[in-house]
Amino acid sequence: MSTAPLSHAFLILFKRDLTLAYRKRAEIVNPLLFFVLVTAMFPLGIGADPAQLRDIGPGIIWVAALLAALLSLETIFRSDFEDGSLEQLLLCPHPLSILMLAKVAAHWVTTGLPLLLVAPLLAVLLDLPEEARSTLLITLALGTPVLSLVGTIGVALTVGLRRGGMILSLLVLPLYVPVLIFAASAVTTAGAGLPVSAHLFLLTALLALAVSLSPAATAAALRISLS
Amino acid sequence: MLRFFHQLASPKYFYNLSGRLIPWIAVACVGFLLVGLYDGLVDAPTDYQQGDSYRIIFIHVPAAWMSLFIYMVMAGAGAIGLIWHMKLAEVMVVSCAPIGAAFTFLALVTGSIWGKPMWGTWWVWDARLTSELILLFLYLGIMALNNAVEDKRTAARATSILAIVGVVNIPIIHYSVEWWNTLHQGPTVTKFDAPSIDTQMLIPLLVMAVAFKLYFVLSLLMRARVEVLQRERNTQWVRELAEQQT
Amino acid sequence: MSSSSPAAALDAENLTCIRDDRTLFSGLSFRVESGQALVVSGRNGSGKTTLLRTLSGMRMPDEGAIRWCGDDIYRLGSDYNASTAYVGHRDGNKLDLTPLENLAFVRSLGDPHPDLQPAQALATVDLAGFEDVATRNLSAGQQRRLALARLLITRAPLWILDEPFTSLDTHGIAIVEELAHNHLVNGGMLVVTSHHMVNLDSSAVIHLNLSA
Repeated sequence: MSTAPLSHAFLILFKRDLTLAYRKRAEIVNPLLFFVLVTAMFPLGIGADPAQLRDIGPGIIWVAALLAALLSLETIFRSDFEDGSLEQLLLCPHPLSILMLAKVAAHWVTTGLPLLLVAPLLAVLLDLPEEARSTLLITLALGTPVLSLVGTIGVALTVGLRRGGMILSLLVLPLYVPVLIFAASAVTTAGAGLPVSAHLFLLTALLALAVSLSPAATAAALRISLS
Repeated sequence: MLRFFHQLASPKYFYNLSGRLIPWIAVACVGFLLVGLYDGLVDAPTDYQQGDSYRIIFIHVPAAWMSLFIYMVMAGAGAIGLIWHMKLAEVMVVSCAPIGAAFTFLALVTGSIWGKPMWGTWWVWDARLTSELILLFLYLGIMALNNAVEDKRTAARATSILAIVGVVNIPIIHYSVEWWNTLHQGPTVTKFDAPSIDTQMLIPLLVMAVAFKLYFVLSLLMRARVEVLQRERNTQWVRELAEQQT
Repeated sequence: MSSSSPAAALDAENLTCIRDDRTLFSGLSFRVESGQALVVSGRNGSGKTTLLRTLSGMRMPDEGAIRWCGDDIYRLGSDYNASTAYVGHRDGNKLDLTPLENLAFVRSLGDPHPDLQPAQALATVDLAGFEDVATRNLSAGQQRRLALARLLITRAPLWILDEPFTSLDTHGIAIVEELAHNHLVNGGMLVVTSHHMVNLDSSAVIHLNLSA
């Protein structure tokens, strides 16, 4: 037997998914637009009082990021499921959890990472204090991978379903609560000029937990969905 | 012991055994319920602060305990079903979810009714109520997934995974909500946990908790029996059973 | 594991599969040895695809066991996966990659054939000249042939093919039949469902009719 080593398998799939995303690069913009649009709806809905926006800005941005992550996540397995390459991944001689981690990583790089790029713009729109802006970026960098990792379990459970999208949000949103709480309150706390290391440690702990547990759960879920 | 479990896993054996157990559990459940309600609503002393309105805790607190307990049972059954491919455990997972959701809903409603005289409003984002609300969402997600997947076995196994993922998350959610609540502490202070509770109040509370547990076992067995019959409807023993009935 | 290993055999013991409360087949036993092909027939909905997915390891049998060289395939895990190549109803090609990229990807994740490069595999299924076209732009038959080219680039001795001739013309069918023939002559194994008559040396073929 001479199959490629683990890290190699991870990289091959990671690279393939990045290549595929690059060939459809027009679609990378969609979650970004969604993120900006949802955020822009709030001042229109509640009024443009700067003080009020500053108060609820962290929450708004994080809820919008949550929804953008969730909506883009829905597509992580769709084309692989439709063209049959998902079952080929299931049957290839590598631990499925490593392959799932590669898929999530590639997906996050193409959908989660761009959110970080527009977040400063949104911080300006909602008049977040200077000190809160860097914290916003750090929380997004730590928090959105958790959203991807946890959400992928839900996508794996709903992959063959016709109306998977609606059910996906029912399954996944309650699990997103801790990330939302820690991340949004970190930004608020930073805005008040207080230290946020506790929040960031907690987010890092969540990330470590999600990286170590969720690929295995995703793999198990996928095996059940495709059986 | 192992043989007993193996037997229990056989749907037919389970069906017959549970059929014999159900009347006894039902009697015990009603007994505990009557004693608990009488003790709690009539016998227990009036609270010096809250008057008689506190008496809803004899429903609210056991229901809240049950809501978590059932989730644990469900996730445990899910793990057993996934690891040992035990069909009966899968049936249990599917049967647990609606009962757990009902208890969670009951805890939410009674909490909100209790809150009305205390807070002057039906809903306050109190840490425990919020946790309970998210727990309800978790239950509803599990039920939605189970309904959405066509093949019953696949559905039960997918549901088991979700239950296990949920059980890992529940402590984190609970902790984060508590933390969130202390950060955003509003003008109200939670009165749910009295610092010390009178024995005369504690006893009916525990009796009610036992009654609720018995009710859970009762309804779980009844649901599981129906589910077993549906799943095994093409087997010899279910056909024979149906012929006997007619 | 080389494809000519003499002990290589696929055993099914007492397989039962139930789908949506319906027993598709039960008590199914057979043995496929090196150089043999199992041709599965049966009406629509008789469980041909389910049987193949079960044999591939994607779906657990509700009862019974599948053994590869004497070991349960669920114990073997990825060792079994390295010994099998599966082509299902869906081709499994990424439409936004070129045929060459598709094959290179499969090759690098599997147990690669030491001699045969992806370009040669493409030539074997008569797709030479299409190396750098997006797979999306190939015809359905060409995409099917690309899927079947996957069989060549790993050393997997057991091929599991679900309706391999779908959307192939007579020329394509002849190519695939020759691939299958060569594979069996070289000591490989084949499990195949097909509505066409599969044109193979009859002494090497085991027939299994699920509707019988």
